[in-house]
Amino acid sequence: MLFQPAIIALLLASAVSVLLLVAATPYAWQLVRRWDIASGSELQLRLERRTYLMSTLLSFVFATQLVALLLFVFKADKMAVMFVGAMCAVGTLNANAYGFPALLAQIAVFFMAAVWLVLNHADSRAYDYPLVRVKYRLLMGILPFVLLAFALQLMYFLNLKADIITSCCGSLFSSDAQTLVSDASALPPQQGLWLFYGALLTVIAVAVLHARKLRAAYVVAAASAAAFVAALTGILSFVSLYVYEHPHHHCPFCLLKPEYDYQGYWLYLPLFAATAAGLGVGAIQPFARVPSLAAIVPQMSRRLAWIAALGFALFAAVATFMVADSNLILLKD
Amino acid sequence: MQIWIAKQKALIDFTLSSLARRKLKNLGLLLVYTVIVFLLASVMLYTHALRHEAAQVLKNSPEVIVQRMVAGRHDLIPPRYLEKLGRIRGVQHNEGRLWGYFYDNVVSANYTLMAPSQESHGFGQVADGKIVIGAAVARERGLAPGNLISFRSYTGKLFVFTVAAVLPHEAELVSADLLLLSEADFRAFFDIPAGYYNDIALSVANPQEVRNIAGKISEALPDARIILREEVLRTYESIFNWREGIVLVLLSGSILAFAIFAWEKASGLSAEEKREIGILKAIGWETGDVLKMKFWEGALVSLAAFLLGYVAAYLHVFHFSAALFEPVLKGWSVLYPRFELVPVVDGFQIVTLFFFTVFPYTVATIVPIWRAAITDPDAVMRG
Repeated sequence: MLFQPAIIALLLASAVSVLLLVAATPYAWQLVRRWDIASGSELQLRLERRTYLMSTLLSFVFATQLVALLLFVFKADKMAVMFVGAMCAVGTLNANAYGFPALLAQIAVFFMAAVWLVLNHADSRAYDYPLVRVKYRLLMGILPFVLLAFALQLMYFLNLKADIITSCCGSLFSSDAQTLVSDASALPPQQGLWLFYGALLTVIAVAVLHARKLRAAYVVAAASAAAFVAALTGILSFVSLYVYEHPHHHCPFCLLKPEYDYQGYWLYLPLFAATAAGLGVGAIQPFARVPSLAAIVPQMSRRLAWIAALGFALFAAVATFMVADSNLILLKD
Repeated sequence: MQIWIAKQKALIDFTLSSLARRKLKNLGLLLVYTVIVFLLASVMLYTHALRHEAAQVLKNSPEVIVQRMVAGRHDLIPPRYLEKLGRIRGVQHNEGRLWGYFYDNVVSANYTLMAPSQESHGFGQVADGKIVIGAAVARERGLAPGNLISFRSYTGKLFVFTVAAVLPHEAELVSADLLLLSEADFRAFFDIPAGYYNDIALSVANPQEVRNIAGKISEALPDARIILREEVLRTYESIFNWREGIVLVLLSGSILAFAIFAWEKASGLSAEEKREIGILKAIGWETGDVLKMKFWEGALVSLAAFLLGYVAAYLHVFHFSAALFEPVLKGWSVLYPRFELVPVVDGFQIVTLFFFTVFPYTVATIVPIWRAAITDPDAVMRG
């Protein structure tokens, strides 16, 4: 199944990203060890020049990873027609053992890449590169995940056989199965509703508070992560039901299909962007006391907090609209 | 924010005039880049349109087709089979179909002959002695409604039909070589006794039931071959994806060549360009600013090439019938349908194409650009 344009494109992007990162790692290591902004030695001069290349290269690689996630999900959804029993991305991802791990790894890389890009942005705005060491240490931390994501993707695509029968979302996201996602699906809509709106309102409130008063940065990050999970649970537990107007169809992927007017993208794009921005608020907070960042960090984290607040608000509004617009009546009071 | 936008605008402005100063070199790059995008986009647009067409055609075909096999070969369905299938729950209705192939010596081509039933295809019943013909047949034999046409059947008898109508051109993809005749004529022409059919088409309302029903049929009729619509669809999908992938892999050599070309272009800075960067840095530009300028240069060239190439590919595929790739991607036959593809543009495809073109270009140019950007002003101006 390798000879498919999107698969070739994805593997190409991943492979090139891995190659670039691996090639950059020795230099990153050198930067971490030998970096000394106070020195005027030739080595330091070379390192300073090299950091331009590194940050451009890595920004590019990580930006690629952000798009790759979208492409991966889209491709998985498109391939559903090629597998017996598959009706959406769930079926294709289930076609072998590597599908869902590959997706999860790609999502993890997405958030790590986003955090790295935020740090890089802060660093590039200060005059004395205060975050060089942090950035490149982080890079070495991210590298294994990028490798893992690439390996899983490769294994996934190599092992795709069109003749196997995979299970469709109906069986994976049904309330009776004994898995974590089925627990989320089985969550009664009423509780799901509370959890969903509770978490979203909390994160919006905290983000707005941070944007105004610059307080509780770590809480914003934690709340964003929590809201991300709550939002996905909410989608599983009740939003999807309203969209499909079917009391037992809990699938979070069918939302992305043309039959439902690609509504899922309206949900997931703001959600991922807002979560990444919220995590970014927490990621730059430790460096607020660095003298050269003293003016930059508050400004950036304000902006990120606004992005997070607006993103989550948009997500909540879209979800609410879907529920209000639906003909399904799930809760009667 | 506004300052940032103003800064980018100034940078773009500067970049454009800097590109215009070296017209020939940049036009060469743009041309090659555009050709690459054009080639890849043509393949993608064309296969996607074909895939779309196949899906559209199959949308109205029956969910399940049952054929009878004798010694591994397709055989006629005997009379009692239809009743057996009628009792399977979930089947909305079933009908026996009559169709066959006929080789015409005059044009050296195979025709598909069919006796339409009431509900199928909307062509309606054909009266005895009349015939409805496909557009390609009409073209090849120079026929018009009202003309007479005669065929010598496989039994040796001569049959004469009056052309009642020519099938519309829009349906040519499926009906180019089609001849429709009445059931009685069909049976007489091929000498098929009453009650026998070529295969059976079943409609199933619930798509999730299709597999169960297929299972039941194979139990009830062990000698039956069951063809599911979803399987046909899947096969088409695989074939077109595979063909597209193969062509792209073949073209990957050219992508690689293009990446090398871009690398060369970006690293072979002329003395004049070096001087320019040196002067910019001497008057206070930072390395980061030079990088930004180069980034905009790449973005502008990529965008221009992408748009030009994509539009050219669109015209090539949908207005000139993809003359370059037709033989590989379409297949051929004597009575090949002439059809215009319905333009389908897909965001997903554009993203994929982007990964195939802009991504390699960017990877290839990063390091040379950085090399240019870290140039020391004094080194350049002295040298």
